[in-house]
Parts: sequence; C-alpha cells; structure tokens
Amino acid sequence: MSGAPSILVIAELDEGAPDKHTRELLGLARSLAQACGGTVSAALLAAEDAGAAEALIAHGADRVFFAAHAGLAGYHGEAWVAAAAEICREAAPAVVLACHSACGADFAPRLAFRLDTMVATGCIEVAYEGGRLAATRPCYGGNARETVSIRTAPAILTVRPGSHDALAPDASRQGEVTRLAPQIGAAAQRVKVLERRREAADGVRLEDARVIVAGGRGLNGPDGFRVLEELAAALGGAVGASRVPCDLEWCPRSWQIGLTGKTVRPELYIAVGISGAGHHMAGCGNAKAIVAVNTDPEAAIFKDASFGVVGNYQQIVPALTEAVRRLGPR
Amino acid sequence: MHIVVCVKQVPDPEAAFSQFKVDEQAKKVVPAPGLKQVMSPFDEQAVEAALRLRDAGADIRLTAITMGSDAARNVLKHGLAMGADAGVLLSDPAFENADGYATAVTLAAAIRKLGTCDLVLAGRQAADWDAGVVGSGLGELLGLPVITFAQDVKVEGGSVRVERVLDDGTEVVEAALPAVVTVSNELGEARKPNLRETMRAARKPVTAWSAADLGLPREKIGAAGARRVIERLFVPAKESHCEFIDGSPREQAARLAQRLREAKLI
Repeated sequence: MSGAPSILVIAELDEGAPDKHTRELLGLARSLAQACGGTVSAALLAAEDAGAAEALIAHGADRVFFAAHAGLAGYHGEAWVAAAAEICREAAPAVVLACHSACGADFAPRLAFRLDTMVATGCIEVAYEGGRLAATRPCYGGNARETVSIRTAPAILTVRPGSHDALAPDASRQGEVTRLAPQIGAAAQRVKVLERRREAADGVRLEDARVIVAGGRGLNGPDGFRVLEELAAALGGAVGASRVPCDLEWCPRSWQIGLTGKTVRPELYIAVGISGAGHHMAGCGNAKAIVAVNTDPEAAIFKDASFGVVGNYQQIVPALTEAVRRLGPR
Repeated sequence: MHIVVCVKQVPDPEAAFSQFKVDEQAKKVVPAPGLKQVMSPFDEQAVEAALRLRDAGADIRLTAITMGSDAARNVLKHGLAMGADAGVLLSDPAFENADGYATAVTLAAAIRKLGTCDLVLAGRQAADWDAGVVGSGLGELLGLPVITFAQDVKVEGGSVRVERVLDDGTEVVEAALPAVVTVSNELGEARKPNLRETMRAARKPVTAWSAADLGLPREKIGAAGARRVIERLFVPAKESHCEFIDGSPREQAARLAQRLREAKLI
C-alpha cells in the first residue's frame, strides 16, 4: 500500500455502465481525496467489462479494481461481499463508499463485519473534519441527525443519492485497471435467487424525475393515486408515495420514498395528503421546492414546504392539473 | 424448529415530534416525560414473521432476545404476549452505549449459548438509530447466510424461502437453514397481543444474562467495543417559510400554478 490513503467506491451498474448514484459517489470520493491528499479507486464487480472501467475513470477514479466473475452478474449479496472483501484486501482503502441502495444497504454491513471494521449507513454528508472522516446521517426516524466517525479501517459508508454531485465525465482522464479473479466458492453461494420481479416504471423513473407528485395516508385509498397520476403526467413527472399507502397496497411498493424507501432530489416535490413525518422527509427533504396539499393546517409538512395549500386534494389536484395544462409548456 | 428473534426497546417512533428532544452535550435523546418505550416496529414484524410460520403449521419454538436495561423486560413481555415462548434479557452496565458492532457481538454470543438455532430473525433496522447493521453482523459472526429486507418468510424442508424488497421490485431467494433473515415493513402489520396471551405471558420464562454469563471480555462490548463514535447528535434546524395559498379550490390551484411558473419550477 502506498502512503496516500485511498477512497474506494463500490460501483453499481445500470445496463453495464456506472449508474447515476455511483457517479455521484465518485464525485464525493474526489472531493474527499482532495481533502486528505489521497486517491480514488473504484471496485467493479461484474461478469464482464463492457466499458464500465473506462467510464469509472472518466468520472473520477484513478484506479479500477475489476473483479471478474460470472457469479457477479446482476446482484448476489454473498458473491458481492466476497469479491468486495478481496478488493479491499488488495486495495487497502481508508474509506469505502457504497450506494445506500437495496444492494448497498444489503452488502455493506456484511462487508464491514467480514473486514472486521464498521459501517455507517444512509449517510447524507461526508467530509473530513480536522483530519477525521465524519459522516452525517438521519436517525430516529428522520427526527435527528448524527455525525459519526469510525475508529477502525476501512471506514465503510453507504451514502444516500443526491448527497454529492457527479463530475462531468472527462474521457482524457487516465487510470489503471487491475483485474482480479475473485474466489466465489460454496460459502458465497448459499443464498439462491429463484426469481426476480421488476416493477417496470412506465414513464419517468422516480430517481430521475424533475417533478414528483407523492401521495400519503390522506389520499384515503388507491383511487387517489389516479388523480395524482394525471397531475404527474401534465407535469412530465413521476408518482411516489409515503410508507402507509405502500404498506396498505394502495400503490406499488417501489413508489415508497423515505427512510426505508427511495431517496429523491427533484426540483419540485408535490406532497399530497402526506403529514411530513421525519422518516418520509428523510427521503425527499432535499427537493429544491416542496408543495404541500393537506387538509390539516397544522401538518408538519408545511414546515418543510415552500408553498402550502390547505384543502381537499380531490378538489385541488384536478384543478391544479387543469391549471398546469392551461399554462402549457415552460 | 428453534427461532430466535432479536428485539429492541426504542422510544415510541409514533410519538409527536414535539416530544422528541436531544441533549447535544450528552449526545443522547432525552425521552419526554410520559413517552412510551416500545418494541421497535420492524422487530415486532420479525416476531410476526415467526408467528405466521406457526400459523401455517410449522412446529416452532420462539425465543425473543433483547439487550438493554432492566426496563427492556417490557419488550420481552410484549414478544411473549404476541406468542414467543421464552425471553432472554442481556443486561449489564458493560453493555451500555454499544454500537451495532458491539451489539452484534453480544447477541451472537447469547445465540451461541442458547444452543441449536435454526433461524435468526430481526427487524431490518431499529427505529432509533436506523442503522440496519446488527442483523447482517449476526450472520457474519455466526457464519450464517443473511437475507435482508424480507416481506414474506416461508420455511419448507430445512430451507427458508424469502421474498425480499428491491429498489424496483422484489426477488425470491432460498437458503438452507440455519440462516439470518431481517424483516422489512412490507411484511405488514404485526398482531396485537390479546388478553389471554398477555395473561399466559406472565408465566413464560425470562432468563437474564450478564457479560460474565456470556464470557465476553469488556473490551469487546458496550462503549469499549464500539467502533462508531458519535461526534454530534442534533435536530436539524427548520426555518419555516411556507407561502400559504388561499381561495376556493379553483383559485388555489390557479394561483399555485402561477406561483410555480414564476419560480420556474414548472
């Protein structure tokens, strides 16, 4: 290991290319590397490299550790933990950054125990403070924030989307690719995937949407989401939900935004019938502007909102859809 | 089949935000007077997952285990009233101020001491620190496969089959027992104890173990064993600047659309 500390980003791929969240982590890693005089590495866990290593370098990695194994295609937690642990032993990073996605939140805690260190999950801010890496994360259902450091190495962090901006890709950046052949034995294949059911998002994906119209308990049933869909369509946005409608199966589970769902950062977040509990706001509090529609003028959501409408959504939302259509495109 | 379910006592997460206070000096949450301590809801759903296996005809023995002060007996009682058969309380001043690492070390030692265990269940995260570390850590420390974020758990012929939540759907996975499974809120509501079960629960055994009972050295547990250092704990400042839009629903909608257009948001 060279003297300079290395920040290792564990890449997640979307159709063979580093996904948006991974590109954000590379941007974060670069700013951390600058603060500590270190370097940025990326771990590529995949069956094959269809240009991902090059893209990781273009987005900020100095070095890519490519663990090539058929068992790493798609996501398999045990295989990922085994391969990521091997890369960490090789790369000896000071810090490991992973996405706080369903994958990252699954493998990162196990990786921490495998490497005899510790993890901070769901971080929203990461910075060096007086030479010590400090990570801030929501806790107590989003009611509080804690800033933590980890006294063992590497410090493993899962980071929520939107916590840092990605760098513009620079195809002229040079980097080194180190290929590894990880051992993925029987102990890394104890859990078998029998079936995957993807909920196809028609239209705009929540993670990418510029405008999100989200519904909560106040919709009083699944039909309310049809009203929200109309508004989202008029705005070219996506529909999301707080936890209650998902648990009550008023809408697909993949619509859930919050501490145990997705983290989004749209320009405009229209919260309809959502009270604004901390666990929901942890997933959408970084929206540029929040509009709240709620019958209860005392609802906590109005404290987070830029614009508030007190009233019945069944009257207001269709009227808003109409008003938006009348205004026409920007 | 012996199932061990890990449960944690937390301040009632459904309590109003106004009851939530933080002592920034002590870096601790200060429970407001009268604030209830409850079983973390995700853990309650882990208990529920086990009881659904029993409802489906599996012959299970269910042990609820918790690490905490003597007051944490109440969450064991709640688990027993829901239908668990026995409780284990891990209580020792040396366990205090643990992080997820030291907690997993402590629980793993206790689960080993319990002897045969076919399935370990836990909530996906505790409703206080929201970390989601302990269940996965138990799998690693006990050398067992880990399946996280379960919304449905079935046991068949020595295997556990789990439907787990992904970002954009679900997957069905299977592992041979023993295994660790963490349960997500998508599992659905946990049952409420009825009066008869609550009465019966009073007669169910609760064992208390200390650090010495578990043979754990002090440097591995509690604050001494913690690897996560809390530098600060605070309630994020909120400056309320909401512009309320009045009028009839039609007027509100038209004015809102206009304001959003002016702000270049739509």
